Amino acid sequence: MATVLSIEEMCWGDVGLLLTMPRQGLGNSAIASVATEEQLKKYGGKWAAMAITEPESGSDSASIRTTAVLDEKTGEYVLNGEKIYVTSGERADLVVVWASLDRDIGRAAIKSFIVERSNPGMKLDRLEHKLGIRASDTAAFRLEDCRVPKDALLGNPEIDTKAGFGGVMKTFDNTRPLVAAMAIGVGRACLDETRKLLKKAGVEVDHVAPAYTQHAAAARLQQMEADWEAARLMALHAAWMADNKQPNSVQASMSKAKAGRVCTEIALGCVELAGTLGYGEVELLEKWSRDVKILDIFEGTQQIQLLIIARQLLGKSSAELK
Amino acid sequence: MTTADKSMGLALRAVRTLAESDLLDRVGLRKQVEKALYNGTRDGFRVAGAAGRTFAAAQKLGRPARQKKTKPRELFDVTPDEDQQMLVEVTKQFAAEAVRPVAQEADHHSETPKELLEQAAELGVTILGVPESLGGVVAERSAVTSVLIAEALAHGDIGIAVSILAPGAVPTALGLWGDAEQQAKYLPAFTEDNAPAAALAIVEPRPLFNPLKLDTTAKKDGTGFVLNGVKSMVPRAKDDELFIVAAELDGSGPALFLVESKTEGVFTEPEPAMGLRAAETGRLILENVKVPALALLGGGDLAVYEECIHRSRIAWCALATGAAQAALDYLIPYVNTREAFGEPISHRQSVAFMISDIGIETDAMRLLTYRAASRADMGRTFAREAALARRLCADKGMKIGSDSVQLLGGHGYIKEHPAERWYRDLRAVGVMEGALLV
Repeated sequence: MATVLSIEEMCWGDVGLLLTMPRQGLGNSAIASVATEEQLKKYGGKWAAMAITEPESGSDSASIRTTAVLDEKTGEYVLNGEKIYVTSGERADLVVVWASLDRDIGRAAIKSFIVERSNPGMKLDRLEHKLGIRASDTAAFRLEDCRVPKDALLGNPEIDTKAGFGGVMKTFDNTRPLVAAMAIGVGRACLDETRKLLKKAGVEVDHVAPAYTQHAAAARLQQMEADWEAARLMALHAAWMADNKQPNSVQASMSKAKAGRVCTEIALGCVELAGTLGYGEVELLEKWSRDVKILDIFEGTQQIQLLIIARQLLGKSSAELK
Repeated sequence: MTTADKSMGLALRAVRTLAESDLLDRVGLRKQVEKALYNGTRDGFRVAGAAGRTFAAAQKLGRPARQKKTKPRELFDVTPDEDQQMLVEVTKQFAAEAVRPVAQEADHHSETPKELLEQAAELGVTILGVPESLGGVVAERSAVTSVLIAEALAHGDIGIAVSILAPGAVPTALGLWGDAEQQAKYLPAFTEDNAPAAALAIVEPRPLFNPLKLDTTAKKDGTGFVLNGVKSMVPRAKDDELFIVAAELDGSGPALFLVESKTEGVFTEPEPAMGLRAAETGRLILENVKVPALALLGGGDLAVYEECIHRSRIAWCALATGAAQAALDYLIPYVNTREAFGEPISHRQSVAFMISDIGIETDAMRLLTYRAASRADMGRTFAREAALARRLCADKGMKIGSDSVQLLGGHGYIKEHPAERWYRDLRAVGVMEGALLV
């Protein structure tokens, strides 16, 4: 709950800046949720980025092609593959890399490995030029015979086909409400700014009179506020459930789906209400509109969230509801 | 008896009532009774207000009785307390076993079975707003409790929920804003057996209705007032014995007035609508209706009037949330069993994603509604929260009604399934003002 609230406040300021802050990334969440005592001692306190996505594998993260092979002689894992969209990949101390121990087995064989940023086998290809969150660097890496020690594997080294993806996916149950909180922060910034601009233009929302008896801009602003408020309460609800040890997988996905989509609509809607003042670079509305879009994509797109929610509500497996 | 004992008493009473009654049998019997199709043509159906009882004060109060405020929770917490949980459980059971099975018939005949109304009254759900000293059963004023009850009832059926809850708006208003004399005169009747039907009449029949700009007028006349105007979508209008009517007070703004149905110049006529049919909506027509000074509720204070509007909006949101949840609960087994192209239709993303969206928006509606109600209970401003909840519940509620019909396809369009009723009933949330209070 405290994290959700502080992220919302930070992102009211700037999402890109929050993402560039050391030691708060997905990599650190992964280490915190599955690392052993020794690994925590060794890697705790370091800044860790997360490398999952590949050119040919996005939301379908079980299909990753990066491989990890144990070299019995040296007791090292050898990683080979290509990773993209690594937030803070350039500046982090560590990169948590997802790789498959056996591509024939599927998701159960996927493990995460901690790779020191200084490892010569991990080569920085490029930094992406993006629509938004440009304050945050997004790296692409090539892994070429990248050797890591055996204890760099996070969690259980055995391939347990029953437990499957659970371990690696667990990270996301915790982080979805946090991404929702980012969107909610940007959304609030947009609404605050637009409210101010509209007030100057002589339009204010009256919460007593019905929407349709008011200026269309006021009605729109009220509708956006309603969606925003709902998204915020849903993120708080998901976080509150986690704090109280209640299973919150559905609520976590719901909060991210709701916040991602409505805050993007809000940011773009605010640009329209503010006119060229919103579209131009004088105000920040255009920037927030560009920044916010990533929040409906990373750590599970809108469509993936809907899929997760549907499977749980309908009681369907991923084989049944593809 | 402590406060807790007392409100626990209500929950226990509700449990006992349900357990001891042969309600289901009685409702089942009713099903077999053939009834002439009710043709709700409005023309020529105008009648004088219900004959009604004589409201008289039995005891004189020094000052108005008020329910205690609930203890505010400082932190985010959506767990209902023990009493609320019990009340909700009982109401849910009542909604599932007594309301839902008769909902289609009640809608068809535009009438809620009398036995059902009596049972609901026995549960005590209509007098949550009556102070203990005047025969009430709950010591604390809690909009959240009212929301939970309304939500649970609407899970059974919105139209019947309105029929049951609408009379409660009047004692709730009296409990919140009535003076000692008004309370002494009108409240006792609501705690007796055979409590009167009553209604809070705000909305008027015109486009872009704004509750702050009323066509209905109240002119000062000696010490009293003369009322003129037309009120729309008044639940159970023909049976109501007491109305609270919103009228523009001599150019000084809108205010609330107590009007007894038997007063000269009070007329009602049926006003059937696309939904809420079990609530037998009607128009209330006021023609030179003379009421005494005592009729003015809350001293004509604009803040009281606005609070009434906000509380009413929250109540409609609670109904929308209950019906949206009911739709989701109905749709999940349907799309999982209905097969097309050799597999359940729920295996298609286009179907599954609609279910996800209904789940998301139902949660959104619920949380906004709870927040508005909880701010009301904490004594904080809640106009914004109530307005936001109304916006979301009106938009998403309507969409959920429409999607329910869509997901059932042709089955959704016929009356064997409740989806078409949700389609009609959920449209009311964006239209209605008044009628219910939390």
